[in-house]
Amino acid sequence: MSTLLEVKDLQVAYGSILAVKNVSLTVNEGEIVTLIGSNGAGKSTTLRTISGLLKPKAGTITFAGERIDGKEGHEIVAKGLCQSPEGRRIFPRMSVRENLELGAFLRNDKAAIESDMQRVLELFPRLRERIEQKGGTMSGGEQQMLAVARAMMGAPKLLLLDEPSMGLAPVLVDIIFETIVKIREQGITILLIEQNAAAALDVADRAYVLESGSIKMSGNATDLAKDEAVTKAYLGG
Amino acid sequence: MSILSKGYQARQDRRRYLERTLGTLAALGILYWLGINFAKSPSQFFQASLIGLSNGVLYALIALGYTLVYGIIELINFAHGDLFMLGTVFSANFISVWFGKTHTGIAAFGIFAACLVAVMTFGASINVGIERFAYRRLRRAPKLAPLITAVGMSFILQFVGLHWNGSGQKTWNSILPSGQIKIDNVTIPYTTIISVIITVPLLILMSWIVSRTRQGKAMRATAQDQDAARLMGINVNRTISFTFALGGALAGAAGLIFQQTRGLTSYNLGYQLGLIAFTSAVMGGIGNLQGAVLGALLIGLIQGLNDGLPIGLGQQWSQTVVFSILILLMAFKPTGLLGKTVTEKV
Ligand SMILES: Nc1ncnc2c1ncn2[C@@H]1O[C@H](COP(=O)(O)OP(=O)(O)O)[C@@H](O)[C@H]1O
Ligand SMILES: [Mg+2]
Repeated sequence: MSTLLEVKDLQVAYGSILAVKNVSLTVNEGEIVTLIGSNGAGKSTTLRTISGLLKPKAGTITFAGERIDGKEGHEIVAKGLCQSPEGRRIFPRMSVRENLELGAFLRNDKAAIESDMQRVLELFPRLRERIEQKGGTMSGGEQQMLAVARAMMGAPKLLLLDEPSMGLAPVLVDIIFETIVKIREQGITILLIEQNAAAALDVADRAYVLESGSIKMSGNATDLAKDEAVTKAYLGG
Repeated sequence: MSILSKGYQARQDRRRYLERTLGTLAALGILYWLGINFAKSPSQFFQASLIGLSNGVLYALIALGYTLVYGIIELINFAHGDLFMLGTVFSANFISVWFGKTHTGIAAFGIFAACLVAVMTFGASINVGIERFAYRRLRRAPKLAPLITAVGMSFILQFVGLHWNGSGQKTWNSILPSGQIKIDNVTIPYTTIISVIITVPLLILMSWIVSRTRQGKAMRATAQDQDAARLMGINVNRTISFTFALGGALAGAAGLIFQQTRGLTSYNLGYQLGLIAFTSAVMGGIGNLQGAVLGALLIGLIQGLNDGLPIGLGQQWSQTVVFSILILLMAFKPTGLLGKTVTEKV
Protein backbone atom coordinates (compact mmCIF):
# COMPACT_ATOMS: atom_id res chain seq x y z
CA MET A 1 0.00 0.00 0.00
CA SER A 2 1.45 3.33 -0.97
CA THR A 3 1.17 6.53 0.99
CA LEU A 4 -1.19 9.03 -0.61
CA LEU A 5 -1.12 11.82 1.94
CA GLU A 6 1.53 12.57 4.50
CA VAL A 7 1.25 15.42 6.98
CA LYS A 8 4.35 16.02 9.07
CA ASP A 9 4.74 18.19 12.19
CA LEU A 10 2.02 20.55 11.04
CA GLN A 11 1.43 23.83 12.84
CA VAL A 12 -1.29 26.31 11.86
CA ALA A 13 -2.07 29.64 13.50
CA TYR A 14 -4.91 32.15 13.33
CA GLY A 15 -3.05 35.38 14.00
CA SER A 16 -1.09 34.65 17.14
CA ILE A 17 -3.24 31.74 18.26
CA LEU A 18 -1.83 28.33 17.44
CA ALA A 19 -4.86 26.19 16.55
CA VAL A 20 -2.87 23.20 15.26
CA LYS A 21 0.27 22.54 17.27
CA ASN A 22 1.58 19.17 16.31
CA VAL A 23 -0.17 17.05 13.73
CA SER A 24 1.43 14.22 11.81
CA LEU A 25 -0.67 11.71 9.94
CA THR A 26 -0.63 9.52 6.88
CA VAL A 27 -3.36 8.21 4.64
CA ASN A 28 -2.63 5.22 2.41
CA GLU A 29 -4.26 4.56 -0.91
CA GLY A 30 -7.64 2.85 -0.56
CA GLU A 31 -8.04 3.54 3.13
CA ILE A 32 -10.69 5.28 5.16
CA VAL A 33 -8.87 7.19 7.87
CA THR A 34 -10.73 9.17 10.48
CA LEU A 35 -9.61 12.09 12.56
CA ILE A 36 -11.67 12.38 15.72
CA GLY A 37 -11.59 14.92 18.51
CA SER A 38 -13.84 17.21 20.43
CA ASN A 39 -15.11 20.59 19.31
CA GLY A 40 -12.29 23.08 18.78
CA ALA A 41 -9.55 20.44 18.71
CA GLY A 42 -8.28 21.69 15.36
CA LYS A 43 -9.75 19.12 12.97
CA SER A 44 -11.24 21.55 10.47
CA THR A 45 -8.15 23.74 10.62
CA THR A 46 -6.07 20.71 9.65
CA LEU A 47 -8.31 19.91 6.67
CA ARG A 48 -8.48 23.51 5.54
CA THR A 49 -4.71 23.65 5.55
CA ILE A 50 -4.39 20.42 3.56
CA SER A 51 -6.75 21.94 0.94
CA GLY A 52 -4.68 25.11 0.77
CA LEU A 53 -7.27 27.46 2.27
CA LEU A 54 -4.86 28.19 5.13
CA LYS A 55 -1.08 28.37 5.01
CA PRO A 56 0.83 26.28 7.55
CA LYS A 57 3.13 27.99 10.03
CA ALA A 58 5.40 24.97 10.09
CA GLY A 59 5.51 21.41 8.84
CA THR A 60 5.04 19.73 5.48
CA ILE A 61 2.17 18.23 3.54
CA THR A 62 2.93 15.71 0.80
CA PHE A 63 0.26 14.43 -1.57
CA ALA A 64 0.96 11.68 -4.10
CA GLY A 65 4.68 12.20 -3.61
CA GLU A 66 4.60 15.96 -4.10
CA ARG A 67 4.83 18.79 -1.56
CA ILE A 68 1.56 20.75 -1.58
CA ASP A 69 1.96 22.97 1.48
CA GLY A 70 1.98 26.61 0.39
CA LYS A 71 0.26 25.82 -2.90
CA GLU A 72 -2.97 27.61 -3.81
CA GLY A 73 -6.31 25.89 -3.25
CA HIS A 74 -7.08 25.49 -6.95
CA GLU A 75 -3.68 23.89 -7.63
CA ILE A 76 -4.32 21.30 -4.93
CA VAL A 77 -7.74 20.43 -6.34
CA ALA A 78 -6.08 19.96 -9.73
CA LYS A 79 -3.90 17.23 -8.20
CA GLY A 80 -6.96 15.22 -7.19
CA LEU A 81 -7.63 16.30 -3.63
CA CYS A 82 -11.21 17.41 -3.03
CA GLN A 83 -13.02 18.43 0.11
CA SER A 84 -16.57 18.57 1.35
CA PRO A 85 -16.14 21.34 3.91
CA GLU A 86 -17.64 21.86 7.34
CA GLY A 87 -21.03 23.56 7.16
CA ARG A 88 -21.62 22.25 3.60
CA ARG A 89 -20.85 25.55 1.84
CA ILE A 90 -22.88 24.72 -1.25
CA PHE A 91 -23.65 27.57 -3.68
CA PRO A 92 -27.09 28.67 -2.48
CA ARG A 93 -28.20 30.57 -5.59
CA MET A 94 -27.28 27.78 -7.98
CA SER A 95 -29.24 24.67 -8.80
CA VAL A 96 -28.18 21.21 -7.70
CA ARG A 97 -27.00 20.54 -11.24
CA GLU A 98 -24.90 23.70 -11.37
CA ASN A 99 -23.38 22.88 -8.00
CA LEU A 100 -22.42 19.44 -9.24
CA GLU A 101 -21.02 20.87 -12.48
CA LEU A 102 -18.86 23.24 -10.44
CA GLY A 103 -17.49 20.22 -8.62
CA ALA A 104 -16.07 19.18 -12.00
CA PHE A 105 -14.83 22.68 -12.81
CA LEU A 106 -11.27 21.65 -13.68
CA ARG A 107 -12.20 18.64 -15.79
CA ASN A 108 -12.61 18.68 -19.56
CA ASP A 109 -13.66 15.09 -20.18
CA LYS A 110 -17.33 15.74 -20.97
CA ALA A 111 -18.34 12.11 -21.25
CA ALA A 112 -16.64 11.10 -18.03
CA ILE A 113 -18.19 14.05 -16.20
CA GLU A 114 -21.62 12.98 -17.37
CA SER A 115 -21.08 9.41 -16.24
CA ASP A 116 -19.80 10.63 -12.87
CA MET A 117 -22.89 12.79 -12.59
CA GLN A 118 -25.04 9.69 -13.10
CA ARG A 119 -22.93 7.80 -10.58
CA VAL A 120 -23.34 10.36 -7.79
CA LEU A 121 -27.05 10.74 -8.54
CA GLU A 122 -27.33 6.98 -8.17
CA LEU A 123 -25.61 7.28 -4.82
CA PHE A 124 -27.92 10.12 -3.75
CA PRO A 125 -31.29 9.58 -5.49
CA ARG A 126 -32.68 12.47 -3.48
CA LEU A 127 -30.48 14.86 -5.44
CA ARG A 128 -31.80 13.56 -8.74
CA GLU A 129 -35.34 14.48 -7.66
CA ARG A 130 -34.16 18.01 -6.85
CA ILE A 131 -31.75 18.49 -9.71
CA GLU A 132 -33.15 21.87 -10.80
CA GLN A 133 -33.82 23.20 -7.29
CA LYS A 134 -31.67 26.01 -5.89
CA GLY A 135 -29.18 24.69 -3.36
CA GLY A 136 -30.08 27.27 -0.74
CA THR A 137 -33.69 26.15 -0.59
CA MET A 138 -32.96 22.52 0.26
CA SER A 139 -33.02 20.93 3.71
CA GLY A 140 -29.84 20.54 5.73
CA GLY A 141 -29.58 16.83 4.96
CA GLU A 142 -30.02 17.38 1.24
CA GLN A 143 -27.40 20.12 1.28
CA GLN A 144 -24.99 17.78 3.02
CA MET A 145 -25.54 15.12 0.34
CA LEU A 146 -24.96 17.79 -2.28
CA ALA A 147 -21.71 18.88 -0.64
CA VAL A 148 -20.38 15.30 -0.64
CA ALA A 149 -21.62 14.63 -4.17
CA ARG A 150 -20.09 17.87 -5.42
CA ALA A 151 -16.70 16.95 -3.99
CA MET A 152 -16.96 13.54 -5.72
CA MET A 153 -17.55 15.29 -9.04
CA GLY A 154 -13.94 16.38 -8.98
CA ALA A 155 -12.97 12.72 -9.50
CA PRO A 156 -10.64 12.90 -6.51
CA LYS A 157 -7.93 10.47 -5.53
CA LEU A 158 -8.43 11.62 -1.96
CA LEU A 159 -11.70 12.91 -0.56
CA LEU A 160 -11.69 14.98 2.63
CA LEU A 161 -14.99 14.96 4.49
CA ASP A 162 -15.47 17.45 7.31
CA GLU A 163 -18.30 16.32 9.59
CA PRO A 164 -20.64 15.04 6.90
CA SER A 165 -23.18 13.94 9.51
CA MET A 166 -23.34 17.21 11.42
CA GLY A 167 -26.85 18.26 12.37
CA LEU A 168 -28.54 15.42 10.51
CA ALA A 169 -31.40 13.22 11.66
CA PRO A 170 -30.29 9.69 12.70
CA VAL A 171 -31.72 8.05 9.56
CA LEU A 172 -29.75 10.43 7.38
CA VAL A 173 -26.59 9.85 9.42
CA ASP A 174 -26.86 6.13 8.62
CA ILE A 175 -27.32 6.89 4.93
CA ILE A 176 -24.26 9.16 4.91
CA PHE A 177 -22.05 6.52 6.54
CA GLU A 178 -23.31 3.79 4.21
CA THR A 179 -22.48 6.09 1.34
CA ILE A 180 -18.97 6.70 2.64
CA VAL A 181 -18.34 2.95 2.46
CA LYS A 182 -19.75 2.85 -1.07
CA ILE A 183 -17.52 5.73 -2.13
CA ARG A 184 -14.47 3.84 -0.95
CA GLU A 185 -15.63 0.83 -2.93
CA GLN A 186 -15.44 3.05 -6.00
CA GLY A 187 -11.72 3.40 -5.36
CA ILE A 188 -11.62 6.76 -3.62
CA THR A 189 -9.44 7.18 -0.54
CA ILE A 190 -11.11 9.04 2.32
CA LEU A 191 -9.98 11.17 5.23
CA LEU A 192 -13.00 11.65 7.45
CA ILE A 193 -13.54 14.09 10.30
CA GLU A 194 -16.30 13.29 12.71
CA GLN A 195 -17.65 14.19 16.09
CA ASN A 196 -19.75 11.07 15.88
CA ALA A 197 -16.71 9.00 16.82
CA ALA A 198 -18.52 5.67 17.19
CA ALA A 199 -19.85 5.71 13.65
CA ALA A 200 -16.55 7.00 12.27
CA LEU A 201 -14.51 4.26 13.97
CA ASP A 202 -17.00 1.77 12.66
CA VAL A 203 -16.34 2.55 8.99
CA ALA A 204 -12.68 3.55 9.23
CA ASP A 205 -9.57 1.39 8.87
CA ARG A 206 -7.38 3.61 10.98
CA ALA A 207 -7.93 6.59 13.25
CA TYR A 208 -6.16 9.53 14.82
CA VAL A 209 -7.28 11.28 17.97
CA LEU A 210 -6.73 15.03 18.04
CA GLU A 211 -6.77 16.96 21.30
CA SER A 212 -6.23 20.71 21.54
CA GLY A 213 -4.17 20.85 18.38
CA SER A 214 -2.01 17.76 18.87
CA ILE A 215 -2.37 14.12 17.85
CA LYS A 216 -2.71 12.18 21.09
CA MET A 217 -3.32 8.68 19.80
CA SER A 218 -3.44 6.72 16.61
CA GLY A 219 -3.98 3.19 15.46
CA ASN A 220 -6.31 0.61 14.10
CA ALA A 221 -9.92 1.80 14.22
CA THR A 222 -11.20 -1.35 15.87
CA ASP A 223 -8.44 -1.20 18.51
CA LEU A 224 -9.12 2.44 19.27
CA ALA A 225 -12.84 1.74 19.56
CA LYS A 226 -11.99 -0.65 22.40
CA ASP A 227 -9.47 1.66 24.04
CA GLU A 228 -10.56 2.80 27.47
CA ALA A 229 -9.46 6.44 27.18
CA VAL A 230 -11.09 6.82 23.77
CA THR A 231 -14.29 5.18 24.96
CA LYS A 232 -14.42 7.52 27.92
CA ALA A 233 -13.70 10.70 26.05
CA TYR A 234 -15.48 10.18 22.73
CA LEU A 235 -17.80 7.22 22.84
CA GLY A 236 -19.74 8.24 25.92
CA GLY A 237 -18.82 5.02 27.74
CA MET B 1 -50.63 33.55 19.45
CA SER B 2 -50.16 36.13 22.17
CA ILE B 3 -52.03 39.42 22.36
CA LEU B 4 -48.77 41.23 21.83
CA SER B 5 -48.00 39.57 18.53
CA LYS B 6 -51.61 40.05 17.44
CA GLY B 7 -51.26 43.79 17.95
CA TYR B 8 -48.00 43.68 16.05
CA GLN B 9 -49.64 41.77 13.21
CA ALA B 10 -52.44 44.34 12.99
CA ARG B 11 -49.95 47.19 12.86
CA GLN B 12 -48.01 45.41 10.16
CA ASP B 13 -51.16 44.91 8.13
CA ARG B 14 -52.16 48.53 8.51
CA ARG B 15 -48.70 49.67 7.51
CA ARG B 16 -48.64 47.46 4.45
CA TYR B 17 -52.10 48.72 3.47
CA LEU B 18 -50.94 52.32 3.81
CA GLU B 19 -47.82 51.63 1.77
CA ARG B 20 -49.78 49.98 -0.99
CA THR B 21 -52.30 52.85 -1.14
CA LEU B 22 -49.54 55.45 -1.26
CA GLY B 23 -47.68 53.47 -3.89
CA THR B 24 -50.78 53.15 -6.04
CA LEU B 25 -51.53 56.85 -5.72
CA ALA B 26 -47.97 57.76 -6.70
CA ALA B 27 -48.13 55.44 -9.71
CA LEU B 28 -51.46 56.94 -10.79
CA GLY B 29 -50.05 60.44 -10.39
CA ILE B 30 -47.07 59.60 -12.59
CA LEU B 31 -49.29 57.97 -15.21
CA TYR B 32 -51.53 61.04 -15.23
CA TRP B 33 -48.53 63.31 -15.64
CA LEU B 34 -47.19 61.17 -18.49
CA GLY B 35 -50.67 61.08 -20.04
CA ILE B 36 -51.24 64.83 -20.17
CA ASN B 37 -47.75 65.37 -21.51
CA PHE B 38 -48.24 62.78 -24.19
CA ALA B 39 -51.58 64.35 -25.17
CA LYS B 40 -50.04 67.80 -25.31
CA SER B 41 -47.13 66.86 -27.55
CA PRO B 42 -46.51 63.25 -28.60
CA SER B 43 -43.37 64.15 -30.53
CA GLN B 44 -41.83 65.93 -27.56
CA PHE B 45 -42.71 62.91 -25.45
CA PHE B 46 -40.88 60.53 -27.77
CA GLN B 47 -37.99 62.93 -28.13
CA ALA B 48 -37.57 63.18 -24.37
CA SER B 49 -37.81 59.40 -23.92
CA LEU B 50 -35.26 58.86 -26.65
CA ILE B 51 -32.75 61.23 -25.09
CA GLY B 52 -33.39 59.65 -21.71
CA LEU B 53 -32.87 56.10 -22.93
CA SER B 54 -29.71 56.96 -24.85
CA ASN B 55 -28.28 58.48 -21.66
CA GLY B 56 -29.53 55.42 -19.83
CA VAL B 57 -27.50 52.94 -21.90
CA LEU B 58 -24.39 54.99 -21.17
CA TYR B 59 -25.15 54.91 -17.44
CA ALA B 60 -25.67 51.17 -17.77
CA LEU B 61 -22.14 50.63 -19.06
CA ILE B 62 -20.73 52.38 -16.00
CA ALA B 63 -23.25 50.96 -13.54
CA LEU B 64 -22.27 47.42 -14.51
CA GLY B 65 -18.74 48.06 -13.27
CA TYR B 66 -20.01 49.02 -9.83
CA THR B 67 -22.36 46.09 -9.61
CA LEU B 68 -19.89 43.51 -10.93
CA VAL B 69 -17.27 44.45 -8.36
CA TYR B 70 -19.77 44.73 -5.55
CA GLY B 71 -21.23 41.37 -6.50
CA ILE B 72 -17.90 39.60 -6.26
CA ILE B 73 -16.09 41.25 -3.34
CA GLU B 74 -18.76 43.44 -1.73
CA LEU B 75 -16.72 46.56 -2.32
CA ILE B 76 -18.15 49.84 -3.52
CA ASN B 77 -15.43 50.86 -5.91
CA PHE B 78 -15.55 54.62 -5.57
CA ALA B 79 -12.78 54.98 -8.14
CA HIS B 80 -14.95 53.51 -10.89
CA GLY B 81 -16.50 56.80 -12.03
CA ASP B 82 -13.02 58.30 -12.27
CA LEU B 83 -11.89 55.39 -14.38
CA PHE B 84 -14.67 56.32 -16.79
CA MET B 85 -13.35 59.92 -16.73
CA LEU B 86 -9.86 58.71 -17.64
CA GLY B 87 -11.52 56.80 -20.48
CA THR B 88 -12.93 60.05 -21.87
CA VAL B 89 -9.53 61.79 -21.68
CA PHE B 90 -7.77 58.78 -23.20
CA SER B 91 -10.25 58.68 -26.10
CA ALA B 92 -9.95 62.40 -26.81
CA ASN B 93 -6.17 62.18 -26.90
CA PHE B 94 -6.12 58.94 -28.87
CA ILE B 95 -8.37 60.29 -31.62
CA SER B 96 -7.60 63.97 -31.82
CA VAL B 97 -4.03 64.27 -30.56
CA TRP B 98 -2.22 61.02 -31.30
CA PHE B 99 -4.04 60.30 -34.58
CA GLY B 100 -4.95 63.92 -35.32
CA LYS B 101 -8.50 63.14 -36.41
CA THR B 102 -10.95 65.98 -35.98
CA HIS B 103 -13.40 65.28 -38.80
CA THR B 104 -15.60 62.44 -39.84
CA GLY B 105 -14.69 60.11 -42.69
CA ILE B 106 -13.78 56.54 -43.50
CA ALA B 107 -10.36 56.78 -41.85
CA ALA B 108 -11.91 58.40 -38.83
CA PHE B 109 -14.25 55.44 -38.48
CA GLY B 110 -11.25 53.13 -38.45
CA ILE B 111 -9.62 55.23 -35.76
CA PHE B 112 -12.86 55.20 -33.79
CA ALA B 113 -12.96 51.41 -33.89
CA ALA B 114 -9.28 51.19 -32.92
CA CYS B 115 -9.95 53.60 -30.08
CA LEU B 116 -12.81 51.45 -28.80
CA VAL B 117 -10.46 48.48 -28.53
CA ALA B 118 -7.68 50.60 -27.05
CA VAL B 119 -9.81 52.37 -24.46
CA MET B 120 -11.44 49.12 -23.35
CA THR B 121 -7.98 47.60 -22.89
CA PHE B 122 -6.87 50.76 -21.10
CA GLY B 123 -9.85 50.68 -18.70
CA ALA B 124 -9.45 46.97 -18.06
CA SER B 125 -5.71 47.26 -17.34
CA ILE B 126 -6.08 50.15 -14.93
CA ASN B 127 -8.92 48.48 -13.07
CA VAL B 128 -7.00 45.21 -12.81
CA GLY B 129 -3.95 47.13 -11.61
CA ILE B 130 -5.95 48.93 -8.93
CA GLU B 131 -7.36 45.66 -7.65
CA ARG B 132 -4.01 43.95 -7.75
CA PHE B 133 -2.05 46.59 -5.89
CA ALA B 134 -4.59 48.32 -3.66
CA TYR B 135 -7.60 46.14 -2.92
CA ARG B 136 -6.25 42.60 -2.98
CA ARG B 137 -4.10 42.86 0.12
CA LEU B 138 -7.12 44.21 2.01
CA ARG B 139 -9.44 41.38 1.11
CA ARG B 140 -9.50 39.94 4.62
CA ALA B 141 -9.30 43.32 6.34
CA PRO B 142 -12.33 45.00 7.96
CA LYS B 143 -14.73 46.40 5.34
CA LEU B 144 -13.84 50.03 6.06
CA ALA B 145 -10.21 49.57 4.96
CA PRO B 146 -10.87 48.72 1.28
CA LEU B 147 -13.69 51.29 1.23
CA ILE B 148 -11.46 54.16 2.27
CA THR B 149 -8.78 52.88 -0.10
CA ALA B 150 -11.31 53.11 -2.91
CA VAL B 151 -12.08 56.69 -1.95
CA GLY B 152 -8.34 57.39 -2.02
CA MET B 153 -8.06 55.72 -5.43
CA SER B 154 -10.82 57.97 -6.70
CA PHE B 155 -8.78 61.04 -5.71
CA ILE B 156 -5.63 59.61 -7.27
CA LEU B 157 -7.39 59.02 -10.60
CA GLN B 158 -8.91 62.50 -10.49
CA PHE B 159 -5.46 63.89 -9.88
CA VAL B 160 -4.16 62.03 -12.92
CA GLY B 161 -7.10 63.42 -14.90
CA LEU B 162 -6.37 66.92 -13.66
CA HIS B 163 -2.79 66.75 -14.90
CA TRP B 164 -3.64 65.06 -18.15
CA ASN B 165 -6.66 67.14 -19.09
CA GLY B 166 -6.06 70.39 -17.21
CA SER B 167 -8.23 72.02 -14.59
CA GLY B 168 -10.90 73.25 -16.96
CA GLN B 169 -13.35 71.58 -19.28
CA LYS B 170 -11.96 70.84 -22.76
CA THR B 171 -14.07 70.62 -25.89
CA TRP B 172 -13.28 68.39 -28.84
CA ASN B 173 -14.52 67.85 -32.34
CA SER B 174 -16.40 64.60 -32.74
CA ILE B 175 -15.35 62.33 -35.58
CA LEU B 176 -18.82 60.80 -35.70
CA PRO B 177 -21.16 62.04 -38.44
CA SER B 178 -23.17 64.99 -37.17
CA GLY B 179 -26.42 64.52 -39.10
CA GLN B 180 -29.69 63.17 -37.87
CA ILE B 181 -32.74 61.21 -38.90
CA LYS B 182 -36.08 62.92 -38.65
CA ILE B 183 -39.26 60.94 -38.16
CA ASP B 184 -42.25 63.28 -37.97
CA ASN B 185 -41.07 65.77 -35.39
CA VAL B 186 -38.71 63.44 -33.59
CA THR B 187 -35.04 63.87 -34.43
CA ILE B 188 -32.60 61.04 -33.86
CA PRO B 189 -28.96 62.16 -34.11
CA TYR B 190 -26.55 59.71 -35.76
CA THR B 191 -24.44 59.85 -32.61
CA THR B 192 -27.33 58.44 -30.59
CA ILE B 193 -27.79 55.62 -33.07
CA ILE B 194 -24.07 54.85 -33.07
CA SER B 195 -23.82 54.84 -29.30
CA VAL B 196 -26.76 52.45 -29.04
CA ILE B 197 -25.26 50.24 -31.75
CA ILE B 198 -22.06 49.96 -29.70
CA THR B 199 -23.61 49.70 -26.26
CA VAL B 200 -26.32 47.13 -26.77
CA PRO B 201 -24.00 44.39 -28.15
CA LEU B 202 -21.56 45.11 -25.31
CA LEU B 203 -24.35 44.61 -22.78
CA ILE B 204 -25.43 41.39 -24.48
CA LEU B 205 -21.85 40.13 -24.69
CA MET B 206 -21.37 40.89 -21.02
CA SER B 207 -24.47 39.01 -19.96
CA TRP B 208 -23.43 36.08 -22.18
CA ILE B 209 -20.00 35.96 -20.55
CA VAL B 210 -21.44 35.92 -17.05
CA SER B 211 -24.23 33.43 -17.65
CA ARG B 212 -22.75 31.06 -20.23
CA THR B 213 -18.99 30.88 -20.09
CA ARG B 214 -16.65 29.01 -17.79
CA GLN B 215 -15.21 32.31 -16.52
CA GLY B 216 -18.73 33.53 -15.80
CA LYS B 217 -19.46 30.40 -13.84
CA ALA B 218 -16.29 30.96 -11.82
CA MET B 219 -17.41 34.55 -11.19
CA ARG B 220 -20.80 33.52 -9.91
CA ALA B 221 -19.33 30.83 -7.67
CA THR B 222 -16.71 33.21 -6.27
CA ALA B 223 -19.41 35.80 -5.61
CA GLN B 224 -21.39 33.31 -3.54
CA ASP B 225 -18.62 31.71 -1.49
CA GLN B 226 -14.92 32.32 -2.09
CA ASP B 227 -13.56 29.41 -0.10
CA ALA B 228 -16.06 27.00 -1.60
CA ALA B 229 -15.03 28.28 -5.04
CA ARG B 230 -11.39 27.52 -4.18
CA LEU B 231 -12.38 24.00 -3.21
CA MET B 232 -13.88 23.58 -6.69
CA GLY B 233 -10.51 24.39 -8.20
CA ILE B 234 -11.40 27.94 -9.16
CA ASN B 235 -8.53 30.41 -9.23
CA VAL B 236 -10.22 33.06 -7.12
CA ASN B 237 -7.60 35.76 -7.62
CA ARG B 238 -7.72 35.40 -11.37
CA THR B 239 -11.51 35.40 -11.31
CA ILE B 240 -11.60 38.65 -9.34
CA SER B 241 -9.06 40.19 -11.74
CA PHE B 242 -11.24 39.12 -14.65
CA THR B 243 -14.24 40.79 -13.05
CA PHE B 244 -12.33 44.06 -12.66
CA ALA B 245 -11.18 43.74 -16.26
CA LEU B 246 -14.77 43.42 -17.50
CA GLY B 247 -15.96 46.40 -15.45
CA GLY B 248 -12.97 48.48 -16.52
CA ALA B 249 -13.46 47.66 -20.21
CA LEU B 250 -17.09 48.75 -20.05
CA ALA B 251 -16.13 51.99 -18.29
CA GLY B 252 -13.54 52.61 -21.02
CA ALA B 253 -16.12 52.09 -23.75
CA ALA B 254 -18.47 54.45 -21.94
CA GLY B 255 -15.65 57.01 -21.85
CA LEU B 256 -15.23 56.89 -25.62
CA ILE B 257 -18.96 57.11 -26.28
CA PHE B 258 -19.38 60.03 -23.91
CA GLN B 259 -16.40 61.93 -25.28
CA GLN B 260 -17.48 61.47 -28.88
CA THR B 261 -21.17 62.22 -28.38
CA ARG B 262 -20.79 65.20 -25.99
CA GLY B 263 -17.44 66.39 -27.32
CA LEU B 264 -16.08 67.33 -23.91
CA THR B 265 -13.72 66.11 -21.22
CA SER B 266 -13.20 67.26 -17.66
CA TYR B 267 -11.31 65.82 -14.71
CA ASN B 268 -14.40 65.85 -12.45
CA LEU B 269 -16.76 64.08 -14.85
CA GLY B 270 -16.29 60.85 -12.96
CA TYR B 271 -17.90 62.27 -9.90
CA GLN B 272 -21.14 63.28 -11.66
CA LEU B 273 -21.57 60.30 -13.95
CA GLY B 274 -20.17 57.88 -11.39
CA LEU B 275 -22.71 58.97 -8.82
CA ILE B 276 -25.58 58.53 -11.26
CA ALA B 277 -24.28 55.13 -12.37
CA PHE B 278 -23.75 53.99 -8.81
CA THR B 279 -27.29 55.11 -8.01
CA SER B 280 -28.54 53.07 -10.97
CA ALA B 281 -26.78 50.01 -9.61
CA VAL B 282 -28.32 50.52 -6.17
CA MET B 283 -31.75 51.19 -7.62
CA GLY B 284 -31.66 47.96 -9.61
CA GLY B 285 -30.30 45.97 -6.67
CA ILE B 286 -26.54 46.16 -6.29
CA GLY B 287 -24.80 42.97 -7.35
CA ASN B 288 -27.53 42.19 -9.88
CA LEU B 289 -26.49 42.71 -13.51
CA GLN B 290 -29.94 43.04 -15.07
CA GLY B 291 -30.82 45.30 -12.17
CA ALA B 292 -27.98 47.68 -12.99
CA VAL B 293 -29.12 47.97 -16.60
CA LEU B 294 -32.75 48.41 -15.58
CA GLY B 295 -31.84 51.03 -12.98
CA ALA B 296 -29.69 52.90 -15.49
CA LEU B 297 -32.40 52.94 -18.17
CA LEU B 298 -34.97 54.09 -15.61
CA ILE B 299 -32.81 56.90 -14.32
CA GLY B 300 -32.00 57.98 -17.87
CA LEU B 301 -35.68 57.91 -18.72
CA ILE B 302 -36.71 59.78 -15.57
CA GLN B 303 -34.15 62.49 -16.29
CA GLY B 304 -35.10 62.65 -19.96
CA LEU B 305 -38.82 62.96 -19.25
CA ASN B 306 -38.37 65.38 -16.39
CA ASP B 307 -36.06 67.62 -18.38
CA GLY B 308 -37.77 67.39 -21.73
CA LEU B 309 -41.53 67.27 -21.23
CA PRO B 310 -43.60 70.45 -21.69
CA ILE B 311 -45.26 70.13 -18.29
CA GLY B 312 -42.56 69.15 -15.82
CA LEU B 313 -40.18 70.35 -13.19
CA GLY B 314 -37.40 71.05 -15.67
CA GLN B 315 -33.72 70.40 -15.71
CA GLN B 316 -32.82 72.22 -12.50
CA TRP B 317 -34.87 69.62 -10.59
CA SER B 318 -33.46 66.65 -12.46
CA GLN B 319 -31.16 65.29 -9.73
CA THR B 320 -33.70 66.05 -7.01
CA VAL B 321 -36.33 63.98 -8.78
CA VAL B 322 -33.94 61.07 -9.36
CA PHE B 323 -32.78 60.93 -5.78
CA SER B 324 -36.26 61.39 -4.33
CA ILE B 325 -37.37 58.38 -6.30
CA LEU B 326 -34.32 56.46 -5.11
CA ILE B 327 -35.00 57.31 -1.46
CA LEU B 328 -38.65 56.32 -1.78
CA LEU B 329 -37.72 53.06 -3.45
CA MET B 330 -35.13 52.27 -0.77
CA ALA B 331 -37.69 52.88 1.96
CA PHE B 332 -40.08 50.35 0.47
CA LYS B 333 -37.66 47.93 -1.13
CA PRO B 334 -34.18 48.25 0.41
CA THR B 335 -32.75 45.52 -1.82
CA GLY B 336 -33.50 47.50 -4.98
CA LEU B 337 -35.78 46.61 -7.88
CA LEU B 338 -34.31 43.21 -8.73
CA GLY B 339 -32.25 42.60 -5.59
CA LYS B 340 -33.38 39.39 -4.01
CA THR B 341 -33.00 38.12 -0.52
CA VAL B 342 -32.45 34.39 -0.99
CA THR B 343 -33.63 32.10 1.71
CA GLU B 344 -30.55 30.32 2.88
CA LYS B 345 -30.94 27.44 5.27
CA VAL B 346 -28.21 27.01 7.82
N1 LIG C 1 -11.23 31.76 11.58
C1 LIG C 1 -10.74 31.56 12.82
N2 LIG C 1 -10.12 32.57 13.48
C2 LIG C 1 -9.62 32.39 14.70
N3 LIG C 1 -9.66 31.23 15.38
C3 LIG C 1 -10.25 30.19 14.79
C4 LIG C 1 -10.82 30.30 13.48
N4 LIG C 1 -11.35 29.11 13.13
C5 LIG C 1 -11.11 28.29 14.18
N5 LIG C 1 -10.46 28.92 15.18
C6 LIG C 1 -10.01 28.34 16.45
O1 LIG C 1 -9.12 27.30 16.18
C7 LIG C 1 -9.36 26.19 17.03
C8 LIG C 1 -9.62 24.96 16.19
O2 LIG C 1 -10.81 25.13 15.45
P1 LIG C 1 -11.33 24.04 14.42
O3 LIG C 1 -10.22 23.62 13.58
O4 LIG C 1 -12.52 24.61 13.75
O5 LIG C 1 -11.77 22.86 15.40
P2 LIG C 1 -12.66 21.57 15.12
O6 LIG C 1 -12.91 21.47 13.66
O7 LIG C 1 -11.84 20.44 15.64
O8 LIG C 1 -13.91 21.74 15.91
C9 LIG C 1 -10.52 26.58 17.91
O9 LIG C 1 -10.01 27.01 19.16
C10 LIG C 1 -11.17 27.70 17.19
O10 LIG C 1 -11.77 28.59 18.09
MG1 LIG D 1 -14.70 21.55 12.70
